[in-house]
Amino acid sequence: MVGKAAGNWRFKDKVLNDLVEVVTLNINSVSYSRAVSSLMTLSHFIREECDLTGTKIGCDRGECGCCSVLVDGKPILACLVLAKFVQDAEITTIEGISVDGQLTPIQESMVENGAIQCGFCTPSMVLNATHLLNTHKAPSKNQIKKCVSGTICRCTGYTKIEKAIEKVVEGRE
Amino acid sequence: MNTIGSRTIMKGSLEKVTGAAKYTDDIKVKNPLYIKLLRSPHAFAKIVSINLDRVIALEGVKCVVTGADFKNTFGVLPISKDEPALARDVVRYVGEPVVAVAAETIGLAKRALDLIDIKYIEKRAHLNPSHSLRKSEDRIHPELPNRENNLHKHVEQSFGDLENGFENSDTIVSSEFTFPSVTHAFTEPHCTVVEISGDKELKIYSATQVPHYVHRAVSEVLEVPMHKVRVIKPYLGGGFGGKSDPFPHEMVAAKVALLTGRNTKITFSREEVFFSHHGRHPSKIKMKLGVSKDDGLKSLEGNILIDGGAYGSFGVVTSYYNGVLLQGPYNLPNFSFNCDRVYTNKPMCGAMRGHGGVNPRFAMEVLLDEACTNLGVDPCEFRLGHFLKPYSLTPNEFRITSVSVNSGLKKAMAKSKWSEKYGKLPFGKGIGVGCGFFISGSNLPIHWNQMPQSSVRLTIDFDGGVTLYSGASDIGQGSDTMLAMMASEVLGLPMDMIKVVSADTRLCPIDLGSYSSRVTFMAGNAARNAAIRVRKILAKAAYEMLELKAPKEKDANVDIDFFKQGQNPPKYDSPYLGANPKIDDGLTFSDQKISEAQAGESVDYIDVVRRALDFGGALNVQGVYSSPKLGGTFKGAGAGLSPAYSMSVFISEVDVNPSTGAVKVEKVTCFHDCGVALNPLAVEGQLEGSIHMGLGQALMERIEHTEGAVQNASFLNYKIPSAFEMPEIELIYDGEAEVEGPFGAKEVGEGALAPFIPSIANAVYDAVGVRVRQLPMSADVILSALREKEGKK
Repeated sequence: MVGKAAGNWRFKDKVLNDLVEVVTLNINSVSYSRAVSSLMTLSHFIREECDLTGTKIGCDRGECGCCSVLVDGKPILACLVLAKFVQDAEITTIEGISVDGQLTPIQESMVENGAIQCGFCTPSMVLNATHLLNTHKAPSKNQIKKCVSGTICRCTGYTKIEKAIEKVVEGRE
Repeated sequence: MNTIGSRTIMKGSLEKVTGAAKYTDDIKVKNPLYIKLLRSPHAFAKIVSINLDRVIALEGVKCVVTGADFKNTFGVLPISKDEPALARDVVRYVGEPVVAVAAETIGLAKRALDLIDIKYIEKRAHLNPSHSLRKSEDRIHPELPNRENNLHKHVEQSFGDLENGFENSDTIVSSEFTFPSVTHAFTEPHCTVVEISGDKELKIYSATQVPHYVHRAVSEVLEVPMHKVRVIKPYLGGGFGGKSDPFPHEMVAAKVALLTGRNTKITFSREEVFFSHHGRHPSKIKMKLGVSKDDGLKSLEGNILIDGGAYGSFGVVTSYYNGVLLQGPYNLPNFSFNCDRVYTNKPMCGAMRGHGGVNPRFAMEVLLDEACTNLGVDPCEFRLGHFLKPYSLTPNEFRITSVSVNSGLKKAMAKSKWSEKYGKLPFGKGIGVGCGFFISGSNLPIHWNQMPQSSVRLTIDFDGGVTLYSGASDIGQGSDTMLAMMASEVLGLPMDMIKVVSADTRLCPIDLGSYSSRVTFMAGNAARNAAIRVRKILAKAAYEMLELKAPKEKDANVDIDFFKQGQNPPKYDSPYLGANPKIDDGLTFSDQKISEAQAGESVDYIDVVRRALDFGGALNVQGVYSSPKLGGTFKGAGAGLSPAYSMSVFISEVDVNPSTGAVKVEKVTCFHDCGVALNPLAVEGQLEGSIHMGLGQALMERIEHTEGAVQNASFLNYKIPSAFEMPEIELIYDGEAEVEGPFGAKEVGEGALAPFIPSIANAVYDAVGVRVRQLPMSADVILSALREKEGKK
């Protein structure tokens, strides 16, 4: 039997089994309108419908933190939010963080300070740190720990990630 | 050039920090079939029938495979290929894959699983490892000959005169220790994507540490020639040993691609990652240690039982490592151990950071601390002077080369202010020490052969850029960076002129993979040798351009006479292209210039490259590393052999709350002898990561089983340390250069984990006076130990 085109199948699957809605999301200042299952989570929308694969799925149930994205500037777990519920928001993924291809200070600091090993938690760490640095001029050590503790990193022991954030803060003074 | 020793930014960081890095699940292939696995709900059961009628009838399901579709079983070790791609006739653990469904969408594949009707007859499961040693009529692996029980492997070794050692000891301590199962908990779930070409060639992208072994296993299980299979490891989200076996889902994804001619994809849920496990073996260790006040450690005896789970994996190696890695870092003249690895109906155990050496190390270091208490000596002072001598042989004929642990312990004592604190802190505060010993790569290949353990190809074309091709897998530890640093240092080029193509079995020469802390030592040496070979070509061209006479070339094979300082030199007759050949061409390669000091003249690197290219075209060389012939002739002599050993010291400071039993590790001072730290940024990263993982095993991590089923298959219930639990860390890594390591380096990825855990236990004793003989040292364990101690008073 010859396989049918993937697009058809995906649509058929949706029609057969879920309610389909047109969901329009504003991600990294680009508008994406897609007919998707009304139960599709934001993380799957971002990865599958927009092909923005920097958002990682480590558990798909709100435990590892790797799928964090910024919704109106605030970090949320994209696996715990239905895509259709954030249609009015401005969503920023890791791909939308750097401006004109230039690394932001926290991205640069993470690269320079060895805060990246396997890199699977890195997008989430960058987004969470971005929010912290945007909202706090001089975050305390405890606030920095809190910021990184929302995402599981099994490689670094968190020390170099904390240091990368501290260095950005130091650079401001 | 000064690349070596500088804090070098990791290759790939830029891709990772911008989200551009493609991990296996991020790779898009055209129109793939999505695969889901139906897993066993039983720990041990006979499969009576599998009815697939309803699932095959479902529109959109393209292919369903069962155990009957695979003739050959597999396993990472040739001696225990006992795992089927899908269960055949019998299921051996809860979560074992039984049927695979490939459908047009993930949703369809998931729903299709509900339509499969399997009839099982449940059998009495073997769950307790001790019971697995009893005679059984219904064994887990009845195919194993000459067995009446569920023993997988029994190993034993004995050296010296154990009884004599105990007789000459001033104190003998013995105890029983128990360790639960812990798992790697990497963040990226297993994933495999297969792209099939018109002529049925398989391109397998997989989240694996060992593309080479996956290559072999797929070829064998699917009965397709190796040249029809290409395995690629894209960016990898952590391994720690958990991705160092070939896996059933890799076989299934490849099989479905072959059967249907379609591309395939399979990604695990987090729950499935826990079911697949391959983590550290739970163990029961009985150990007895005899110590003399003046002579140090006299005799050590270990009886070890490790719970292997349902299949072999690395288990035979684990069994040996449970004993042999205790041969360092101390002098230990009399030594005996036996280890039984048994099968049980639980997810299989395999290699995990510190492979096999972690639990026995805990037992030994805790007993040594107890012996020091009995003798009334300071456990740090006592250890000084009783470490292995450099360039010596251990009783089981490990060749010991560089040793820096004695001075390292002194440094750690000074930094931690040990002498001011030990035995002097208030109740509830304590300080403790532990030391460790680990291999820099296994000296023997898993598949016995005479091939080099690592080959690296190096090419330079007219643009002057260098490309290294290596089979080594960068799994986040930074091996690509390390390889590039080798070439950068030898050729005097900036890092961005050196590109690394790695972990692709079609493009790269063979490397066995990222496990047993072998990559820096073995692939690093191979890369360095490749760079030296190409440098010879460039040096010749440079001398021609400078119109100077080149000095007479010396033999590249460096003498390994350092060993002759040992007492009992084994025979060396292996003319391997020398580890660490010296660079003595009379030239300096630096900042893209090649200069000759005496004449004071120099030429540009790029001009030399073009000159060298004039007649032969692009430069292509290969460097290899073969480990030297080492070791004795007794049974199991190859286990634990390594060209070099790392050693480490941990001094931990804890706060124990006597009313809750909660342990907080406040500060840790670590000395790790990795020889020359090639890239301090990466060295620190590995040590901090080891501390994180060790802390988890010490205080909180534990896989819970009920009737063989994993009960805490999620990050919510399998707790690993967060940033708040991490202690203050002081790192010292200034060991002396290792004669055979690339630019003097030894391993750093694994060895530091093991000694950290007992240093915490010993600090707990210093703090509140209770000896902990089980892990994790959770609050309830400490509290009941404290209450027991109170009761005794």
